[in-house]
Amino acid sequence: MQEKSFAKNLIANVRDWLSFSPQVTALLLAIVVFMASGLLPNGYDSLRGAFNQGLNIVRLSSFLAIISAGQTLVIISGGEGIDLSAGAVVTMAAYFTYSIINGNNSLILPVLMLVIVSGGFIGVLNGLGIAFLQIPPIIMTLGMAGVVQGTLLVMTRGLYDGAVAPLMTKLIARDLFLTIPGMIYLWVFFGIVMWVLLHRTRFGKQLYAIGVNRTTARLSGVKVKSMVIATYTIAGALAAFSGFVLVGWTQNSGLEVGQPYLFPSIAAVAVGGTMLTGGEGSYFGTMVGAIVIQMISSLMRTMQMPEAVQQIVYGAILLSLLVIYGRKKGLRL
Amino acid sequence: MMKGNFDFYNWWKKFNRKNTYVLALVVFIITTAIYFILQPAIMEEGVLSRITTSNFRTWLPIILLSVGQTVVMLGGGLDLSSGAILSLGNVILAISIRNTDEAGFNLLIVLAVIMMGLVAGALNGFFVAFLDLQPIIATFATSFLYSGLALLILPQPGGKIPRPYTDFYRTTKFLGIPLAIYIIIAVLLIWVFFRNRKYGRFLFAVGGDEKAAYTTGVPVKGIITSTYILSGLLASLGAISYTLLTGSGSARSGEDMTLTALTAAVIGGTSFSGGSGSLFGTVLGAVILGTIQNILSLARLDSWYRTLVNAVIIVIALAGPGFIKLFAREK
Repeated sequence: MQEKSFAKNLIANVRDWLSFSPQVTALLLAIVVFMASGLLPNGYDSLRGAFNQGLNIVRLSSFLAIISAGQTLVIISGGEGIDLSAGAVVTMAAYFTYSIINGNNSLILPVLMLVIVSGGFIGVLNGLGIAFLQIPPIIMTLGMAGVVQGTLLVMTRGLYDGAVAPLMTKLIARDLFLTIPGMIYLWVFFGIVMWVLLHRTRFGKQLYAIGVNRTTARLSGVKVKSMVIATYTIAGALAAFSGFVLVGWTQNSGLEVGQPYLFPSIAAVAVGGTMLTGGEGSYFGTMVGAIVIQMISSLMRTMQMPEAVQQIVYGAILLSLLVIYGRKKGLRL
Repeated sequence: MMKGNFDFYNWWKKFNRKNTYVLALVVFIITTAIYFILQPAIMEEGVLSRITTSNFRTWLPIILLSVGQTVVMLGGGLDLSSGAILSLGNVILAISIRNTDEAGFNLLIVLAVIMMGLVAGALNGFFVAFLDLQPIIATFATSFLYSGLALLILPQPGGKIPRPYTDFYRTTKFLGIPLAIYIIIAVLLIWVFFRNRKYGRFLFAVGGDEKAAYTTGVPVKGIITSTYILSGLLASLGAISYTLLTGSGSARSGEDMTLTALTAAVIGGTSFSGGSGSLFGTVLGAVILGTIQNILSLARLDSWYRTLVNAVIIVIALAGPGFIKLFAREK
């Protein structure tokens, strides 16, 4: 009995200390991991090297952070919200972008529209199932992921062909200004848009409201069901947009491109201090979280850890974050 | 609507609440009928028995998994890690089982796998009941631990189970009924025994309203933990039957089974919100899903459509109860 309460106190203390500001904690963690990576045999060894390494990590994490944007919204919306279809939607968008544009600059805008609309459509289906049929989000979106993946298999029959438009490569992957690639500018722009959306619009206010307590939100006049559907729609569209960007970035595509980003996208949100129970969090946190997760995965890759160990590490990270941030209220309350 | 109609509706609603598996039973009869019609040789001597044997030995892992899932759901939780536990058990068995002359060692391995299932389930239960984590996300996270461990043990599919063991599982019959059906009946009998005793009542109470159960003195944490331990145990039994079925191991063997098992439970009438459902319905649900698979292969569906059709069936099945509720509210 004594030991149990000690463990509980310890967890509570750690949580109090960390919840002082999860974003700052995550940022400190990022800096520590980055410095540690310099000690590795094939790490950086000069200031210039450190800068390049840092830029590289920010560039890699910018992509993860854009996928995590939708995930952040969905998780803030509460009701055990999570979007497991994000990986499949990224793959779908990447396929459309790669095979329809096929190296043609003039098709970029129409395909971008198509991609966003189709991602939004998947999101609407998710939202309808969750809001009206009361299917738990994790299950609904997991099922949808299967549907999207299955549709892609039928459409492609496993064969994949296309090319990237030169303009996309230039805007996204190449250095745009001050030796910084367009991807990072896009990310900063994205961060501002997300901040405005979450903190300066009615949508944002209502999103936090339904995340904290759906009943009180409904009683204060929030249309909860429409909000849920809108949130999943935006999340779907954002995932699709990141699939579009991914193609411009990697210059390639395939039927498995999105899946590896799914779990990191959730972990990034959690590291950034967004409550997995909903109602609390920010996109700034997710941005920092994406950097941390990207650094951990780069570190594991440089240390040549097998995929199995990476999976275990991700699982352990998510579990410890859940213990710190994601606990429900106890029964005695 | 006429008054007579209204009465029927009320009666139906009441009947359904008491017997959550009724809808599953109807669907079961329809799918089985379609399957029998499509299977032209069904009336021939011995065919029915052969089909039953091969079907049930294939379905048993999923049935065990979905039974475990149902117990967790009845207690108001959800276990997304049971497929990963099955994978872990599968790879442990595939790499460690030796020849038949070392039966003692093999028995030890089987016991170790069962222990693993219990421990993995207890870990889930600890996170959910004692650390108050949301069951869905907590078990989602632990599933990465278990499947990562499985991948660490066996990076490439492989391993081999001696023929006599697999033959024993695949062909054993008693009174013309295959082994798998006896196992299912045993599981259901154990459930019937516990359902109306203290444990069953506590379980339904916790699933129905955790707080009310707590205030009336039900050991809520213990009950919730026990459901995850049971789910882990059944997943390890599923692993044993799956390994005997395929005769080899793969770290991804249980990956897709979690969602299928969950769908089986939902088809069987178990609700996501807990406190209502039955294991009998779940077994029916798993049999329905298996029969649909057979119908699809008899209909010679193009293999590229497989993933899509399976996913659509799962989504429709998951949406089913919600649709019925929507219409019920309209009335």
